[in-house]
Amino acid sequence: MIAWLANPRTGGLLVLAAIIAVLPLALPNNFYFDVAVRAGLNAIVCVGLNLLIGYAGQISLGHAGFLGLGAYASAVLTAHYGWNPYAAMGVGAIAVGVLAFAVGRPILRLRGHYLAMATLGLGIIISIAANTEDDYTGGPDGMTVPPLTVFGTELYGERIWYWIVGALVVVSVWLALNLVASPVGRALRSVHGSEVAAEVSGVDTARYKVLVFVISAVFASVAGSLGAHYGGFITPVDVGFIKSIELVTMVVLGGMASTYGAVVGAAILTALPQVLTWLQDYEHLAFGLILMLVMIFMPRGLIPSLGSAFRHLFIDRPETQST
Amino acid sequence: MPQKAAERAVPLLSVRGVSTHYGRIQALREVDLEIAEGELVALVGANGAGKTTLLRTISGILAPSAGDIVFDGHSILRAQPDRRVEMGIAQVPEGRQMFGPMSVEDNLVLGAFTRTKTEAEADLAVVLDKFPQLRDKQREPAGTLSGGQQQMLAIGRALMARPRLLLLDEPSMGLAPNLADETFATIRSLKAAGTTVFLVEQNASAALALADRGYVLETGRIVLADTGRALLENEKVQAAYLGL
Repeated sequence: MIAWLANPRTGGLLVLAAIIAVLPLALPNNFYFDVAVRAGLNAIVCVGLNLLIGYAGQISLGHAGFLGLGAYASAVLTAHYGWNPYAAMGVGAIAVGVLAFAVGRPILRLRGHYLAMATLGLGIIISIAANTEDDYTGGPDGMTVPPLTVFGTELYGERIWYWIVGALVVVSVWLALNLVASPVGRALRSVHGSEVAAEVSGVDTARYKVLVFVISAVFASVAGSLGAHYGGFITPVDVGFIKSIELVTMVVLGGMASTYGAVVGAAILTALPQVLTWLQDYEHLAFGLILMLVMIFMPRGLIPSLGSAFRHLFIDRPETQST
Repeated sequence: MPQKAAERAVPLLSVRGVSTHYGRIQALREVDLEIAEGELVALVGANGAGKTTLLRTISGILAPSAGDIVFDGHSILRAQPDRRVEMGIAQVPEGRQMFGPMSVEDNLVLGAFTRTKTEAEADLAVVLDKFPQLRDKQREPAGTLSGGQQQMLAIGRALMARPRLLLLDEPSMGLAPNLADETFATIRSLKAAGTTVFLVEQNASAALALADRGYVLETGRIVLADTGRALLENEKVQAAYLGL
């Protein structure tokens, strides 16, 4: 029973869905629902980003750029051109996928951390474009985004969005777990383990790194589109460099190469600033301190560290990395 | 230079005038060597002579700056490493390079990445029969294996590709003498089973004793080539590599 629950693809997904289903009972008002929705949107990005960082061993410092492209594609195409929001979301996701491919293909042929530099530049270019193309984006002032509609009904309010985003978090975790468990996932883990050994085992490492980079960019784009419709308003700050760093931090805090870790990291780092507001001036100090303590005492991140402690206590067998 | 291998049918692998650079540093200088089907050929040389560079050039991780590599009658210079594995060139990399957190079984299955699932499953059973110690640890992370077991896993992983040519990079490195002997016994049994092996070793005496033929590499250049036995008795080799 414990083993079945500890299996990430069956038990873990069920536990995640149960937590999302029960959580509203503990949320006293719309403000907390709003935090939960934002945490969920971040979680979707982080689940994708974790595939890249945790499994392919590559760092992207421009994921907020992909998120931003998705968000602005939805905003501009629906607000200025009257597109159907789902079509806009789809076109945004495809465009981001193509862009990620075009950037990743030449860079990921190289071994090393060149992707971090390239995505850093790309993210900054996207944020500059959002600031300066004010005919389309409203510039630094931002722009309003029409709401998403389902069967002619406009979706407003934190509580409806909570269920939409909650369901999508479960779906994206399910997708990521299946990808990791497939031969593609095995190839990705081998790339992270030893790129040379992976290549001489017949894994086309460049191809798999590009594939996972594109997938993670598309996750970010879709979350960006959803976030734009949910918030009804976007500004270049939402898609800037700091946001990219935040996303990477969420993945590392939760635990690299742990899909649930990405969700937990996103939830904690989204909620923590709200929880710490009572500290007033010391809020940022406490925030930084918590991050440092976690990384010093749990360098593998929250979920892998807690997970192996749990296994050690209750199951007592060495784990193989599979989440 | 022995002409024996060349006089036989077309060699399985022939390296022709290959030079490889790391940036401006030249690591290999016009290396020529041949390996015939079924042969066990050893390459000995000191640290930094370019042994690993030569293996990585053959497996396609490094691109040569000059020369040609012909496998089974065709130049493979333009083939990516994964294509070369598909053609039948598998490598046991230096230092074993396990995928530590992945299970022993997943490591082995990865070796058959270029092949179909059914082929992989059939060969998994064969490899586990060959290395019963790995069968006992099948579900455990590769990182928990002992050094000797990891070397078996690394060899097993390469065998999962059903190689026509097996490249071994310093398989005895970092192993206690009895485990190193065990590894050489494994290599002997591979040869007996008909596998073509290119063995790169610092342990020259053990490698040359096993080998049909051997090459000596010094600062990127092949300086001697002969049968394994003749090299073992060669005075220069004895002085430089056998400590006699």
